[in-house]
Amino acid sequence: MVKEIERAGIPVVHIATVVPISLTVGANRIVPAIGIPYPLGNPNLEFKAEKKLRRGLVEKALKALQTEVDGQTVFE
Amino acid sequence: MSKLKVVHYINNFFAGIGGEEKADIPPREMEGFVGPGMALNNSLGDEAEIVATVVCGDSYYAENLEKAEADLLEMIKKYDADLFISGPAFNAGRYGVACGAIAKAVEEKLGIPSVTAMYEENPGVDMFKKDLYIITTGNSAADMRKAVKKLGEFALKLVKDEEIGTPEAEGYHVRGIRTNYFHEKRGAKRAVEMMLKKVNNLPYETEYEMPDFGNVTPMPAIMDLSDKKIALVTSGGVVPTDNPDRIESSSATKYGIYDISEYDSMPADKFTTIHGGYDRTYALQDINRVVPLDVMRDLEKEGVIGELADYYIATTGTGTSVGNARGFGEEYSKKLLADGVQAVIVTST
Repeated sequence: MVKEIERAGIPVVHIATVVPISLTVGANRIVPAIGIPYPLGNPNLEFKAEKKLRRGLVEKALKALQTEVDGQTVFE
Repeated sequence: MSKLKVVHYINNFFAGIGGEEKADIPPREMEGFVGPGMALNNSLGDEAEIVATVVCGDSYYAENLEKAEADLLEMIKKYDADLFISGPAFNAGRYGVACGAIAKAVEEKLGIPSVTAMYEENPGVDMFKKDLYIITTGNSAADMRKAVKKLGEFALKLVKDEEIGTPEAEGYHVRGIRTNYFHEKRGAKRAVEMMLKKVNNLPYETEYEMPDFGNVTPMPAIMDLSDKKIALVTSGGVVPTDNPDRIESSSATKYGIYDISEYDSMPADKFTTIHGGYDRTYALQDINRVVPLDVMRDLEKEGVIGELADYYIATTGTGTSVGNARGFGEEYSKKLLADGVQAVIVTST
């Protein structure tokens, strides 16, 4: 899906837990997520800390959209 | 024993009729071999010979697919051939597509075994590798000598119904065909050996090649997001509680578009996840863990992003075929574009 969005001409970033899958299917901008059942969260954290973590990931994804890439790039 | 009869297809250029200015010539036929057919004929040895060559201009074929095919089939049929060979087309795109199309048509409609040859990046490879044996070649006619030798030898095997080995052994493009056979070592032993090689950084060959999904050129970066409209998409199976589109919990055949315009955070009583591929406990506690609406709204209010689309798009990623996923993406991207969405964040569990 990521690739078709990009092919349609819309810049796209993939926040994905299993980065090798994202690489295999061909996403260009990839942000590694936290865990499979909670890609953008961590149930062990207090709500505030968890939201901060989530915001950090989304900000990283926005940063990825603002970064020129030549090919597949993982934003650690 | 009389020789097997072969009909060969080449384009205007290789037939010596002319280059681009002759690319619009309609199909024609000639006796015996022509151009590269001579070397190809030699590679067939005593067992087969090219009895006729059919020629068509590359542009003519591309612009008159049905007519070109029908006319060529008429010509080819007359020779009552045992084997049909097209190309080699190397990296010539229109020629490669024509070689693949006519070989497929001859095999399917005339029942004559057919083979062609081209370079891996020729678009004809992707279009026809599932239908045909396509022998691998270099990217230009400089490889002609080697290419026709391989092509001829392989064609003989094909027409004599000899066992065809793996793509690596025979030198054809991977067709995605699996063949059952008995290996001298059992699977567990092979797997352990492969793993030991891997951990020791030694070369090893996988027995289960991942399909090549191809790549898309990355879009340029967006420097300023503060005036851009962003949409969220997820493969995490997040849907309204009643799952109105009946999206499957695995191997999805559909996706949904769901309104979030009135929420600042994903309400746990309005949305759920039907994804069958992960423990849903944590997502059900707080769906922002999969669809980060709360954070997106904050960023929207703070002006970091221009605006968030009124909806998000969801499907279930687990077990969903590449074909379906591609179809979903193709379809909803049109809506995203029409709605002025300028960037997308996809989240996957």
